[in-house]
Amino acid sequence: MTAVRSTAPDAVAAPAPVSAKRPVLIAVVVLIAVALLATAIGPADLSLTTVLQVLASHLPWWHPHGTVTPIDQAIVWEIRLPRVVLGGLVGSMLAAGGASYQGVFRNPLADPYLLGVAAGAGLGATVAIISSSRSMYLLPAAAFVGGALAVTLTYLVGSRATTHSSGSSIVLAGVAIAAVFTALQTNLQQQHAADLQPVYSWILGSLSTASWSDVGLIAPYVLISAVVLLAHRRLLDVLRVGEEEAAALGVHPQRVRLAVVAAATLGTAAAVSVSGLIGFVGIIVPHVVRLTTNASYRVVLPVSMISGASFLILADLGARMLDAPAEVPLGVVTAFIGGPFFIFVLRSRRSHQGVL
Amino acid sequence: MAALAEADYVVELESLSVRYDNTHALRSVSDVVAPGEWLGVIGANGAGKSTLLRALAHLVPYEGVVRIDGANAKPLSRRHFARLVAFVPQKPELPQQMRAIDYVALGRTPHLGYFGVDGEHDRVRCASLLERLGLGAKAERTLATLSGGELQRLVLARALAQEAPVLLLDEPTSALDLGRRVEALELVDELRHERGLTVISALHDLTLAAQFASRLLLLHEGSVVATGGPAEVLDETALGHYFGARVQVLRSSDGELVVIPRRKSERKP
Repeated sequence: MTAVRSTAPDAVAAPAPVSAKRPVLIAVVVLIAVALLATAIGPADLSLTTVLQVLASHLPWWHPHGTVTPIDQAIVWEIRLPRVVLGGLVGSMLAAGGASYQGVFRNPLADPYLLGVAAGAGLGATVAIISSSRSMYLLPAAAFVGGALAVTLTYLVGSRATTHSSGSSIVLAGVAIAAVFTALQTNLQQQHAADLQPVYSWILGSLSTASWSDVGLIAPYVLISAVVLLAHRRLLDVLRVGEEEAAALGVHPQRVRLAVVAAATLGTAAAVSVSGLIGFVGIIVPHVVRLTTNASYRVVLPVSMISGASFLILADLGARMLDAPAEVPLGVVTAFIGGPFFIFVLRSRRSHQGVL
Repeated sequence: MAALAEADYVVELESLSVRYDNTHALRSVSDVVAPGEWLGVIGANGAGKSTLLRALAHLVPYEGVVRIDGANAKPLSRRHFARLVAFVPQKPELPQQMRAIDYVALGRTPHLGYFGVDGEHDRVRCASLLERLGLGAKAERTLATLSGGELQRLVLARALAQEAPVLLLDEPTSALDLGRRVEALELVDELRHERGLTVISALHDLTLAAQFASRLLLLHEGSVVATGGPAEVLDETALGHYFGARVQVLRSSDGELVVIPRRKSERKP
């Protein structure tokens, strides 16, 4: 065999491992630019300098001389910034959740929305809203329970359908479970017509009432979820060779899947509980990241998280500005971009068969 | 990697049985595979070759006992087991967008913790394996750009990255052309000697099985019907019976056994 050389093994220089540094750096720069832009743009146009001055004035060691009016100060700090930060957290979580679901189910079309997390969280949130007026703090918990329940059911139904709990059976199960949960939720909504308005606008997705307390509410969930998902980035790469080979490599695919799904569900359920049901972020963002960078989850996960934040901040800017002073529901904006993109992914799937 | 050279692991099978929905796919198979031996598992389609290998790899539940170097394998953790036994499936899943070096690095998984990430040390081992298998120049290429023969060697490289003393190969050459087939088996044989690997492989091609395996195990309907050196097992009458075909076993000029399937009908083409 001519191709085989018997060189000394130590003489070989190892090629660099998959590096997320460059893509992450670029994504961070984009995120900062987008966040500043979205904070500056609005009905009351503020200059970038104003935004930066307000931000600087909140640094503990910085006391600039006040050239910023209290009104501008309030607009930036109390209205726009919490909204941008919340949009970032939600977008980041939805994108990371989508990438993770696609990894553990090895299905490029899996996202929180398709697997029923959002519908389950919607039902949970609706139950919380109609059962008590002071239940806003219960909302993430209720949404989480609903979301977890929906994913568990999807998972059970989908894995019963075939011996290999991957592929389209999971997505089909998710569609069915989501339909049932949505039906239950609609029914509840109809019975409590008085509460219909807040539930309805919650479903359409919006960040218009964003406050720092919302940020504080979901930040811990998103943080925990992000840490757990990132910690699984190498194992998500191992799962790319399929369950059986992963098992032969010493991994328990079911355990990995359980941990990842639990973390992704925790985070996305918390995210949608404050933002409403925003679709397609979990599909668009990871796929664009895969197409433009390396397909390894070591890159896809962190870059999706950062880019998901940028994407949703931009989409929310669109939601605010497209029909100003009225707001377009955020879910409508993302679906408007996501729908055509979804078709694109489906059409190009054959040529990217091994994308996961 | 020097540590592997003295790793001579005996694999013992004691009444190994596998049942799929109440039908026996494997019936009480017992065997002792000596350290450094290459056991070729042969038999007709559905005879249980793959099932035997998958049971040995602990990918299907089985009854009976598998011992690796004297220790019962069942209670071992999956990770521990993967450090002892590497398995190459018949049709490995090849993520098209993955780079060759990253694919080989997956083989380091049993040596890393749950949240562990492969470090410089692992990378160097993987790179030298690629170099050893003649894929050094392809390290940063994606799997989509590699040829069938290169992919076969890459899959082997991943298994070797596990640094397991026992190598299980399920029909390792089924996707290759004639030249690549011999090349791949030759490589396995070189590595077996280099590292003292114990190799158990299912082999379709009986002529190749005779040339490479040190011992053959003939399965029929899940049971062992013959085992021994190629000359003993490759018996015309027995093969004809168990493969349901007319078979002629010849000896080539340099003494190699050649198994030729014959037409049943006497008509000439």
